[in-house]
Amino acid sequence: MAQQTLTQKTTHPPATFNHSKIQRDLFIRRVGKVGLLINPLVSYFFLWAPIVVLIIFSFNDAGGVTQWRGFTTKWYTNIFNNALTAGSGSASFTTELLLQSVKNSMIVSISATVISTIIGTMLALSLARGRYPGKDYLDTILYLPVVIPEITQGISLLVFFNILFRWLEPVGINLRPGFGTIIIAHVAFNISFVTIVVRARLADMNPRLEEAARDLGANEWQTFWRITFPLIAPGILAGALLAFTLSLDDFVVTFFTTGIGNDTLTIFVYGMLKQRVPPEINAISTIMLLVSTILVGLSLMLQGRSVNQSRIKQ
Amino acid sequence: MVSTIETRPKKKTHGLLLALPGIFWLVFFFMLPLIIILALSIMTPSRGGIGGDVPLTLDNYDDAFGGVYFRVIEQSLITALTTTVICLIIGYPLAFFIATQKRPFMKQMGLFLVILPFWTNFLVRTYAMRTILGQQGPINAVLLNLGLIDEPVRMLNTQYAVIAGLVYGFLPFMVLPIYATVEKFNFSLVEAAHDLGANDWHAFRRVILPLTLPGVVAGVLLVFIPSIGAFVTPDLLGGTDGFMLGNLIQRQFRGSGGNWPRGSAISIVMMVLVSASVFIYLRWGERED
Repeated sequence: MAQQTLTQKTTHPPATFNHSKIQRDLFIRRVGKVGLLINPLVSYFFLWAPIVVLIIFSFNDAGGVTQWRGFTTKWYTNIFNNALTAGSGSASFTTELLLQSVKNSMIVSISATVISTIIGTMLALSLARGRYPGKDYLDTILYLPVVIPEITQGISLLVFFNILFRWLEPVGINLRPGFGTIIIAHVAFNISFVTIVVRARLADMNPRLEEAARDLGANEWQTFWRITFPLIAPGILAGALLAFTLSLDDFVVTFFTTGIGNDTLTIFVYGMLKQRVPPEINAISTIMLLVSTILVGLSLMLQGRSVNQSRIKQ
Repeated sequence: MVSTIETRPKKKTHGLLLALPGIFWLVFFFMLPLIIILALSIMTPSRGGIGGDVPLTLDNYDDAFGGVYFRVIEQSLITALTTTVICLIIGYPLAFFIATQKRPFMKQMGLFLVILPFWTNFLVRTYAMRTILGQQGPINAVLLNLGLIDEPVRMLNTQYAVIAGLVYGFLPFMVLPIYATVEKFNFSLVEAAHDLGANDWHAFRRVILPLTLPGVVAGVLLVFIPSIGAFVTPDLLGGTDGFMLGNLIQRQFRGSGGNWPRGSAISIVMMVLVSASVFIYLRWGERED
C-alpha cells in the first residue's frame, strides 16, 4: 500500500504547488511542535506537584495540608529530639514506634541485601559463564519475580509459611512469621534484580581478560578474585543498592509475611495512614524521599561509571 | 602452558554449583508457593477459611466468575486498561521529547526528573496523591478560589482517583522503554520519508511508530501488570468505589471472613490475565530480531 502511493507520487509529480496541502502539512507540524512542548510541561508538573506539595507542607505549622499557618521545622525537630531521647521514656509513643520500625527496616533490608547480593552474583556468574542443561529454563524463571504481581508473591508466601510452620509443629519446631520470613521473601524477589544487573555488567566485560589470567596460570578462584570481581564490582554494588532500595520500599510482600511486633517502616506508615494521621507524617515522608533519592543517585552513578570503565577496558 | 581452548570447561555441568543457592531460593520460596496457591485454588475451604481440604472442587472459580467478584475483575480490567492508555498518551510524547533533546545534559536531566519520583517510596507517593485530591486539598482550594466550583468536589474514594494514582505511580514504566527505542531510532529515516513526500503525521504513523513499537509494547506491559495487581493505590485512594482485585485478594487472606481457596482462585485468574499480556508481548513485542 505505502509503496504504491509513493511510486505514484514520484511518477506523477504535481504540476502546480498544492497550497492547501502545504498549509495542512505546516499546520500538522505546528500542532506537533506545540504538543511536544506542552505535554512534557504538563507531565513533569503532574509527576512533581504531589511531591512538592508534600515537602512544602512538611514545614507547615498547622500540621496537615488543609491550611498554611506559617513556616516551622518543629515536625523535624520532634522526630530528631525523640530519636535522641528514645528509650528514656520522654519520647512520644508514636515516635518511639516509628524509630523501632526504622530499626526493623534496617535489619530486614541489610540482611536481605547481603544475602541476595551474594546469591544473585553467583547466579549471574553461573548464567554468564556456565554450561549446563536447563540453563534456559532458569533464565525464564529468573524473570518471573519481576513480572508476577507483588500481591500474588505476598499471598503465596503467606500460605507457604503457614503450611510449613503447621507441618513443623508436630515435630517440635515452633516457628512464627517475623524477621526471618520477611527476609526470605525479600531475598526471593531481590535475587532476580541483582542477577539481571550483575549479568549486564558481566556481558560488558571482555572475556579475554579472564582467559589471559588462566593462560598465565591462575586457577578459577584466583581469576575471579583478581580479575572478574574488581571489574564487575561496580555492577555488584549497583545491584546491592537496587536490592536495598527495593527492600526498604517494599510494602505489599512485607505486609503478608510480617508477624506481630516487627513492623517495618512501610508497614508502620501504612498503619498510620489507615488510622490516625500524625502531623509528623509529612516530615517522615520527606526524609524517606531524601533517603531514596540519595540511594538511587548513588546506584545510577555506579551503573553509569561501570559502562564508561568497560569502554576504556575494551 | 595451557592453551585457550583447553581452559574452556568440558564438564557438562560447569558452573551449576554456583547457581544452586539461587535455584534453591527461587524454587522453594517462589515457585513452590505459587504451586501451592494453584493447588489450594481447587480445594474446599477448611473450617474458618484458613487452609484447604479435600474434596477437590472448581467451586472457587465459579465464585470468582460469579456476581460480585466478577464485577471486581471487570472493574480492575477497566481501571488497568484505562491507566495503560492514559500512560501511553502522556508517556509517548514525553519519551519522544526527552530522547530528541540535542544536548546530552538536557537528555539526562529529562530522564532524571522522570526516574526520581519513580524511585521514591510508593506508599509516600500515594499518600502525596491523597493529599492533593482531598476535600480540603490544593486542587479543591484552587478551584474554589477561582470560583469554578461552589463546593469541594469529591475526588478521593472514586475510581478516577485510583486511575490518577496508578498513572502517577506507573508513568515512568511507560516512558523508559519508549525512550530507549526512540533514542536508538535513526532519524535519517524521517528525512527519507519527507523526501518521498510524507508530512510529519505520515512520517510518524508509517516510520517512527512501527519502529518504536517494541518499546510501546514493553511499556504497555510494564504499566498493565502492576496496575491490574495494584493493592496500595486502590486501598488508599479508592475506598469502596475503587475496589480492585488486589483488595479482594487481600480480604480473602487477611482479617476475618477470609477464604484462602477462593483468594487463591482469584489470584490464579489474575495471573492468567498477566500471563496473557506477557504472551502478547512475546508474540508482538520483540519483532526486531
